[in-house]
Amino acid sequence: MDFQVVVLAGDFANKLIPLVSKEVPKALLPVANRPVLSYVLELLEQSNLKDLIVVVEGQDAAVRVGGWISGAYVDRLHVEVAAVPEDVGTAGALRAIAHHLTAKDIMVVSGDLVSDVPPGAVAAAHRRHDAVVTAMLCSAPVSGPSDSGPSGGKDKTKKPGRYNLIGLDPTKQFLLYIATGAELEKDIRIQKSILRAVGQMEIRADLMDAHLYAFKRSVLQEVLDQKDTFQSLRQDVLPYLVRSQLKSKVLLNGTPQAEENGNEKINSQKNQVLMSRILANASTPSFHELYDTNGSARRSHKCCVYIASDSKYCVRLNSIQAFSDINRDIIGEASHLSGYSFSAHNNIIHPSAELGAKTTVGPHCMLGEGSQMGDKCSVKRSVIGRHCRIGSNVKVANSVIMNHVTIGDGCSIQGSVICSNVQVQERVVLKDCQVGAGFVVTAGSECKGEALAKKDK
Amino acid sequence: MGAHRKGATRISEDSEELARVPLQAILLADSFATKFRPITLERPKVLLPLVNVPMLNYTLAWLESAGVEEVIVFCCAHSKQVIDFLESSEWFSQPNFSVTMIESHHSVSAGDALRLIYERNVIHGDFILISGDTVSNMPLTQVLQEHRERRKKDANAVMTMVIKRSKPSPITRQSRLGTDELFMAIDPNTKQLLYYEDKADYSKGVISLDKLLLVDNASISLHNDIQDCYIDICSPEVLSLFTDNFDYQHLRRHFVKGLLLDDVCVAPTRPLLLAKHSYLMCGHYDGSSANWTCSLLVLAFLIANSWGIHLFCQIMGYKIFTHEIHSSYAARIENFRSYDAISKDIIQRWTYPFVPDVKFCGNSATKLERQGMYRATEVVQSRSAEIGPFTVIGNGTTIGSNTKISNSVVGEMCTIGSNVSIEGSYIWNNVAIEDGCKLMHAIICDGVTVKSGAVLEPGVVLSFKVVIGQQFVVPSYSKVSLLQQPTKQDSDEELEYADNSSGIVEISSITDAEDQSNGAMTSQSLEEKFQPTDELGTGGVGYVWSICEGSHEEEWRHSIAPIPADKLAEAMESTEEDLDLITQNGSVLPPSGELKPDSNDSDDDNEDSRDDSVDFEKEVELTFLRAVHENIKEDHLILEVNSLRLSFNKIFADCAGAIFYSLMKLALETPHNSPSELCNNALSVITKWKKLLKSYLTDIDEQIEVILKFEEMCLESAKEFSPLFAKVPGDDIVVPSGTVYKHSCLLLALASSMMTLWQFSFFHGIRLQGNCWQTTMKCRRNHTMLFKTAATDALLDSSSGEANCFAANLCLFLGVLFFTYFLKVAMVATIFGLFLGNLLALLWLGQLRILWHLYDKDLIQEDAVLKWDDEKKDADDYDKVFVKQSEKFIQWLREASEEEDEDEDAKNDSGRS
Repeated sequence: MDFQVVVLAGDFANKLIPLVSKEVPKALLPVANRPVLSYVLELLEQSNLKDLIVVVEGQDAAVRVGGWISGAYVDRLHVEVAAVPEDVGTAGALRAIAHHLTAKDIMVVSGDLVSDVPPGAVAAAHRRHDAVVTAMLCSAPVSGPSDSGPSGGKDKTKKPGRYNLIGLDPTKQFLLYIATGAELEKDIRIQKSILRAVGQMEIRADLMDAHLYAFKRSVLQEVLDQKDTFQSLRQDVLPYLVRSQLKSKVLLNGTPQAEENGNEKINSQKNQVLMSRILANASTPSFHELYDTNGSARRSHKCCVYIASDSKYCVRLNSIQAFSDINRDIIGEASHLSGYSFSAHNNIIHPSAELGAKTTVGPHCMLGEGSQMGDKCSVKRSVIGRHCRIGSNVKVANSVIMNHVTIGDGCSIQGSVICSNVQVQERVVLKDCQVGAGFVVTAGSECKGEALAKKDK
Repeated sequence: MGAHRKGATRISEDSEELARVPLQAILLADSFATKFRPITLERPKVLLPLVNVPMLNYTLAWLESAGVEEVIVFCCAHSKQVIDFLESSEWFSQPNFSVTMIESHHSVSAGDALRLIYERNVIHGDFILISGDTVSNMPLTQVLQEHRERRKKDANAVMTMVIKRSKPSPITRQSRLGTDELFMAIDPNTKQLLYYEDKADYSKGVISLDKLLLVDNASISLHNDIQDCYIDICSPEVLSLFTDNFDYQHLRRHFVKGLLLDDVCVAPTRPLLLAKHSYLMCGHYDGSSANWTCSLLVLAFLIANSWGIHLFCQIMGYKIFTHEIHSSYAARIENFRSYDAISKDIIQRWTYPFVPDVKFCGNSATKLERQGMYRATEVVQSRSAEIGPFTVIGNGTTIGSNTKISNSVVGEMCTIGSNVSIEGSYIWNNVAIEDGCKLMHAIICDGVTVKSGAVLEPGVVLSFKVVIGQQFVVPSYSKVSLLQQPTKQDSDEELEYADNSSGIVEISSITDAEDQSNGAMTSQSLEEKFQPTDELGTGGVGYVWSICEGSHEEEWRHSIAPIPADKLAEAMESTEEDLDLITQNGSVLPPSGELKPDSNDSDDDNEDSRDDSVDFEKEVELTFLRAVHENIKEDHLILEVNSLRLSFNKIFADCAGAIFYSLMKLALETPHNSPSELCNNALSVITKWKKLLKSYLTDIDEQIEVILKFEEMCLESAKEFSPLFAKVPGDDIVVPSGTVYKHSCLLLALASSMMTLWQFSFFHGIRLQGNCWQTTMKCRRNHTMLFKTAATDALLDSSSGEANCFAANLCLFLGVLFFTYFLKVAMVATIFGLFLGNLLALLWLGQLRILWHLYDKDLIQEDAVLKWDDEKKDADDYDKVFVKQSEKFIQWLREASEEEDEDEDAKNDSGRS
């Protein structure tokens, strides 16, 4: 497949502080004890997309990510790691690595995507329609999962329209309108000309842009060159392409179109429609073709969508809430993504982990390599990383505990995220907290809904 | 509100009554449009033959077959003809089908028609609302059932609109029926209509949907491929909504949009009417204090009422739903193009069973032959005549040799000569077409004669009894009638707003035309001499209507002729230009117009308000002088000045200044010899017009304004007055307290109405930022309307005092009416603040002091004078000339105020003596 994949493993993600730090860039945040980036890479590998460029913002982070990738995927994938300056935006990142791009089509994936939707299907849809851009859409979560914090659920139900507003044609193959709910001021403004050409447009608020796009390289590069103010793929490039799809300027230079233009002049228009229908392997001609037959020359381009079915899992790790949710889902309902085999108790306990007397590890839990737990502990729906030392009488529920964490006796940890190398002393109670790497929680402290991190940053 | 209670009880009864309430339909036998002129000047549109059967018969036949039991035919234009037609038709003799007629001569729009029908109280349940030019064969059972089920769940689902899929051409942007493209947003699950846009916002390149729409619905379908069939299933509330929102005219443009924007006001008119009646009753009691109390009571009542309505308004969310039909046919004849398209549909049997060879009502027997040719039984046809496919030939028609007819309809008793070629034309009854004529895509009405060798180019319309001269070539798209084109009306803003196709114009011009037509018919032979012979060739009779410049380019859109290729190319280019602009400007900027005129207009308004002070003064002066010369009553003059004030957007102070200015001008212009005479003149003028002036002097600011104005005049324009500035006159006038009350009543009423008006526009402006222009228009419209009513009502009352009070209170009502109008945003505090303010002002006004002449005449309060004095203290000497002049007076005032008593009348008398 002549596809080049760009993984934007990028930004520093302020939203994820204190979970991310200079030592742990976002791409390397552990999800069920694996860096989040590995989910994307393996997803691509499954679709046989092995020619990858991983773009990381900042030199240090690039070195770390590169180091990890070369260790983990050295003989499986052909990965180049490219560092770009910080804050260039997604479009800027693509501009910076433009010289690496050679294939006919480019797939751009966000590095924080955790999904089981095959990118190959997106690529196929892209090729089938000869589209300029194909975006993957998945159904937006209706509200926060039932057992997540009540704040998460309320937040989503209270703010409708925070997801994307997406206009589709009746066949649900073409993208006619896209906007982010939160960015719209008041009105949804739809171009009449597009509506005229299509006749009917469905605007949906229950779909989410999964940040996985397939672009035609020539078009993408042209747009990036011409519009140097464009910063973001999602906010600038994609809406621009969608907007101008009936008055395409980008395509006229492309060689395949030139040939088709020639054909069109010779053939009668009806034949052309028929031919393209056969070529496109579609049952009915798309509105683009019908539109083109009215005009004298072919001047439209297609923006397609691939809508993942509801049963597929597709979430982006872009907030702390999402981080907890994903961790829980990976060892819970979306366990097929984790790549581990579950025990009879529906949990994963590494053989080298040591459990004290009367310690229970419930279903949907994960206990990493070399971790030790004292007596009378209970773990529910939580992930515990490698080489953690947990004392006696500790309760852990709905939490993520990364590697090398020490937890003293009698602690209770609920709904929290504890980063690597944290020391939690005796009788600490944490509820809905985030503890940054290397932090020491002093004995007996009680925290609720706080973010604890070292001051020196 | 009463109406609503009524509506509500009706609904509750409905569930039981549903089974036995007969299905009713309202058929508007008037399209309230001018698209079919000049034909409609002589015959109502619903009686025009469509494939040799009057349109009305198609509609009635369909209603009957669909199970409607009672049809209420609303006749307006040419109502006589419609009624005669119906009375002579077989519709009255049908079992289980009754036709009643409502006649009106004053309705100018569908809105008026529905309001009238509401008053008649003839609708008892859900009804079907259509116009008499609808051709359909759709079954109604399903849509009615859907409608009723929705109604049971949600009483706010007041209307179900029938729609049909029909994609407009992307190039010409109109459907095959020649209607403009339509944008709709529909909830795909519930089929609720969320957005409706027809040609009104034609030039905008984008559709703006409220983001909030997506809160309730996960998805919305936007359609451009839908055709509105103008068949609506309505609940009785629709009628009361039209009554409550008395400015709704057009069914779609006002009613549907109003409901969608939730810009509906419920029942403000009802309490108003009630109050008016109660007031009228009270008004016959003698004594002004009775009036006074009454008006207060009414005010309180209205406030309470309107507050209630406000709460009521909030929870109103009327909904409109759609019903899409797939296999059945429904279309409305809106213009010549749809006439053509629907005729072809009928010939091609899409409307079965309403086709020429099935006898449904009033059509003579025809026989279907091959290639879609229908021929009546008694057609005399030469052997060499070629009659092509899809043609209908009516009874008793003669066709000469070598004549070719294709895709056309020929009526009854026509005579068509030899070597004639007719293509795509509609020839009605008793038409004579002589040899060698060539007709392309023309409509030819009854009794027309086309003399030999004439050529009709595509798109020609020949109205009744026109004669086209020999060898004459009628250019394409021309319309020929025996009647002269009505002289164009000035484009009244009111009309433009309402709808360019509904209209007062139509009525007036129709009556004009009817008068003309009578004249024309009787003196036709005479007129022939005056006919410009060259206009229609030798022997031609008729006037060629000039095409209004506005619609000139649009003519081809709605004409019967197919769209010519060059127009298509033009349209295509313009589409591409639109696209260009859109892509260049990003997405949001409209390609042209629309926003720009808006901003210009608002700019103009601003400039107007700045530059208009002088104009305003002049206008007021002119009005005043007219009033003086024509002996117009003061009350009417006040109303006029008020309307001026509104149109110039001025405050009371400006009015007061302007009126005072004109008073002084009048005094100055009256011949005089000496300053004392002048003074007397001025005094008499002021005495005479005291009431007028006083109605604008409610406030200190206004009084100061008058003093300043006077000062200014003395300095600049009318130096003669300067010595008289502060001369204290000696006459004694004791103002009876009754008059004070009356006057204050008037004042208050005006003030409150003005304030409410202001607030109304203010709040409205906030609420509909985008629609500021529209709002302003609406405001203006309402103002003019209301003031007209006020004026006429006041005129009706002969006794001036009564009229005065009446007008005042009416204004009060109007003011409060506006409260109800903008109440969605106003706060109760504002109302009560105003109310209290009014009360206080009333009490305060009772203590007017009488001093100086103006002061003497209740016109200016001492506070104003004192304040004026205070203001001038810091001014330079030059400015102080007049203050010094009146020094004594002011001093006296100050002293007097110190000794002030409660019994002022006595005090004033003694003070002056």
